[in-house]
Amino acid sequence: MSEAPAKKGKKKFELDPRLASYKGVWVFVEHERGQVHPVSWELMGEGRKLADMLGVELAGVVMGAPGDETRQFCDEAFRHGADLCYLMQDDILKDYRNEPFTKGLTDMVNAYEPEILLLGATTQGRDLAGSVATTLKTGLTADCTGLTIDPDNRSLAATRPTFGGSLLCTIVTLNYRPQMATVRPRVMAMPERDGSRTGRIVEHALGMIEQSIITKVLEFIPDANQDKPQLAFADIIVAGGKGMKRPENFQLIWDLAKVLGAEVGASRPVVQAGWVDLERQVGQSGKTVRPKLYIAAGISGAIQHRVGMSDSDCIIAINNDPNAPIFDFATYGIVGNAMTILPALTESFRQALATARKAG
Amino acid sequence: MHIVVCIKQVPDSAQIRVHPVTNTIMRQGVPAIINPYDLFALEEALRLKDKHGGTVTVITMGPPQAEGALRKALSYGADDAILITDRAFAGADTLATSFALASAIRQIQKNMPVDMVFTGKQTIDGDTAQVGPGVAKRLDFQLLTYVSKVSSVLPEQGQIVVERRAEGGVQLLKSKLPCLITILEGNNEMRFATMPNMFRAARHPVKMWNRESAGISDDDLVKIGLKGSPTVVSKVFAPTPHTDPAEMIEVESGNPKDIADTVLAKMFTRFPAVAKEIAKRA
Ligand SMILES: Cc1cc2nc3c(=O)[nH]c(=O)nc-3n(C[C@H](O)[C@H](O)[C@H](O)COP(=O)(O)OP(=O)(O)OC[C@H]3O[C@@H](n4cnc5c(N)ncnc54)[C@H](O)[C@@H]3O)c2cc1C
Ligand SMILES: Cc1cc2nc3c(=O)[nH]c(=O)nc-3n(C[C@H](O)[C@H](O)[C@H](O)COP(=O)(O)OP(=O)(O)OC[C@H]3O[C@@H](n4cnc5c(N)ncnc54)[C@H](O)[C@@H]3O)c2cc1C
Repeated sequence: MSEAPAKKGKKKFELDPRLASYKGVWVFVEHERGQVHPVSWELMGEGRKLADMLGVELAGVVMGAPGDETRQFCDEAFRHGADLCYLMQDDILKDYRNEPFTKGLTDMVNAYEPEILLLGATTQGRDLAGSVATTLKTGLTADCTGLTIDPDNRSLAATRPTFGGSLLCTIVTLNYRPQMATVRPRVMAMPERDGSRTGRIVEHALGMIEQSIITKVLEFIPDANQDKPQLAFADIIVAGGKGMKRPENFQLIWDLAKVLGAEVGASRPVVQAGWVDLERQVGQSGKTVRPKLYIAAGISGAIQHRVGMSDSDCIIAINNDPNAPIFDFATYGIVGNAMTILPALTESFRQALATARKAG
Repeated sequence: MHIVVCIKQVPDSAQIRVHPVTNTIMRQGVPAIINPYDLFALEEALRLKDKHGGTVTVITMGPPQAEGALRKALSYGADDAILITDRAFAGADTLATSFALASAIRQIQKNMPVDMVFTGKQTIDGDTAQVGPGVAKRLDFQLLTYVSKVSSVLPEQGQIVVERRAEGGVQLLKSKLPCLITILEGNNEMRFATMPNMFRAARHPVKMWNRESAGISDDDLVKIGLKGSPTVVSKVFAPTPHTDPAEMIEVESGNPKDIADTVLAKMFTRFPAVAKEIAKRA
C-alpha cells in the first residue's frame, strides 16, 4: 500500500468516467436466525450521513429465504434511515453461505452500481466482504472506526486503527467502485428509529440452483448464551485492570457489578493472567463497548484499551496514580486505592438503589 | 494430501513504539515473528498430515528477511517452504496480495495438486482478515472461514466437514476439496520444534520465487504491488490525545464513602440517562 502523493501540488482528482454511473450508499443488512445484527443499523445511521453528504440515496441490502421476515427487515431498514431496499429472496439463502451470498451481492452491485458498500466486521461480514471485493476487483478497507466523505474528490475516507491502535490511518479507494468498508460492531452509534419512515423495495433474483452449490450447512449449533457475557451491548460495565493486583481483589469488581446488574470487563493483562476470560477483554484486540456508564478501576488507560471504551457516555476512573492517562479522558476521576474506593462505591450504589426502590 | 499454509512475517506488535514527534512507526530493533494467528493454521495442517499423511508446504510473500519465518515453520515440521519475493510486490494491499499468492499456489499445483490452503484468521499488523477470502475466490476454491475445528476429511472422496464460528453459534459445514480454510485461534497449540526438524530446517533450501517463477506475466504487472492496489493510505496520524480531562473528585475528609457519594451525586445530576438506567435495576 502506498502513501498518497504529498499534499503540496495536489492535482485535481478526476474519476474515471466509466465509474461515474456508480451512485448511492448501500448497507448490507446481516441477519442470522431471524435476528438482524445490530451493527447493520449502526451502519445505517452512518450510511445516512454519508448519503446526505453526497446527496444520494441510502439503500439496505437484504438477502434471505422468502417470507415475512426479510420484508420486515426491509421495513426496519427504512425506519433506521434507508430510502430503499434491494431484496433478494431464495430458499438457497436460508443460511449464510459464502458462495450464494457472494454471487447474489456481486450481481446486485453490478446491476445497480452503488458507489459505497458497507458491511459489519463480523464473521459473516468479513467473510462476504473479502469475497465480494475480490470478485469485483475493488478496494476494501477493514475494521474502520470512522467514515466520511473527502470533500476534494467525493471519495470515501475510511479511518482505521493500525498497529494495535497506536496510530490511525485514513484509506481511500480512488479509482475503483464500489468503495467498500467493514466496521466493527458498537463503533458507530445506534441511530434513532423512526417508526413512520417507509421506502421502496427493489427485488432481484439470485438465479442459482442448490445442486450447483458445493458447501452445505449440516447443522447450526446455537451458542448456549446463558453464561456468555454480552459485553458489547451492556449499558453498565465495571472493568478492572492490572492495578487490582491480585485475582482475589478482582472480586471487588464482581461485587460492584452484581449490585449494578452490570457486565464485568477487563484490560488485556488481566485476561492474560487468566483472572477472567477473553470474552471480557475491552479494547483493540478485545470488544468495543459503548455503555452508558463505564467504571474503570486500576486501569491505566493505554490507547489499546481506550479505543475500545472511550465512547462510553460516562466514565468513572479509579487509579492511585494522579498522572494515569485514563484521567485524560474519563468523565470523573478518583485518585485513590481501588481496594478501598470500590467497596465504598458498591455501598453508595446499594443505597441509591434502595432509595429508588422506596420511591417506587 | 497436500496442504499449503500461508504465513506472514510481522513485527512483534507488543514491542512497537510510535515516534512521539514524527508519528512514524519505529521498527528498528523490533523482532519479526510469524503472525501468531498463522501458527494455529500451521499446527492444524501438521495434525492433518500426522493423521492422513501427505505434504505441508508453507509459503509467504514478503521481503528476503521473511525467510526466517519459513525456516521456523520448517523446524515445526513443514516439508517445504517457498518465499515469494520481488520488488514488484511492494506496496500490495489485500487485493494485490491475494493475486500474487493465488498465482504462486497455481504454480505449486503444477508439481503437486493442492487439496487445501490454510491461512490464519488475520494478521496482527494489517489485521484485515481479507487475504484468505481473496485467495479462495481467485483460485475458485471453496471458502471456509473462521473454522474452529476440522471435524473430518476424506481425502479419497474429496470431502471435508468443519465447524465454522458464525454469529451466535457454530455452523457445521460439509464441503469439497480443494478448499481454503481460515483457522480460528485458540483451538490448538503449536508443537515444539524437534531436534531433527531443527537440523533439517537449517539445511533445507527455502525456494526463492520472483514474480516470473510465481507465474505472473508482464501483462499482470498491473495486478500486483502498488499498481494492483485499489486502496491508498492518504493520511497517518496519532489519535487525538487530551480530549477532555476528567473532573477530579476530591473531598475534604478524604473518606472513600464521601468520595463515592459525591461522584454519584454529580453523575446523577449530569447524566439523567445513567440515573434512569440504574433506577431500572431497583
Ligand atoms: C497489539 C496490542 C493490542 C492490545 N490490545 C489490548 C486490548 O484489547 N485491551 C487492553 O486493555 N489492552 C490491550 N493492549 C495492552 C495495552 O497496551 C496495555 O498494556 C494494557 O491496557 C494495560 O492494562 P492495565 O491498565 O490493566 O495495566 P497497567 O498498565 O499495568 O496499569 C495498571 C494501573 O493500575 C494503577 N494502580 C495500581 N495499583 C492501584 C491501586 N491499588 N488502586 C488503583 N489503581 C492502581 C496503576 O497506576 C496503573 O495505572 C494491547 C497491546 C498491544 C501491543
Ligand atoms: C496498518 C495497515 C493497514 C492496512 N489496511 C488495509 C486495508 O484496509 N485494506 C487493504 O486492502 N489492505 C490494507 N493493508 C495492506 C495489507 O496489510 C497487506 O496487503 C498485507 O499484505 C495483507 O493483509 P493483512 O496483513 O491484513 O492480512 P490478513 O488478510 O489479515 O491475513 C489473513 C491471513 O492471510 C495470510 N497472509 C496474509 N498476508 C500474507 C503474505 N504476505 N504471505 C502469505 N500469507 C499471507 C496469513 O495466513 C494471514 O493469517 C494495510 C496494511 C497496514 C500495514
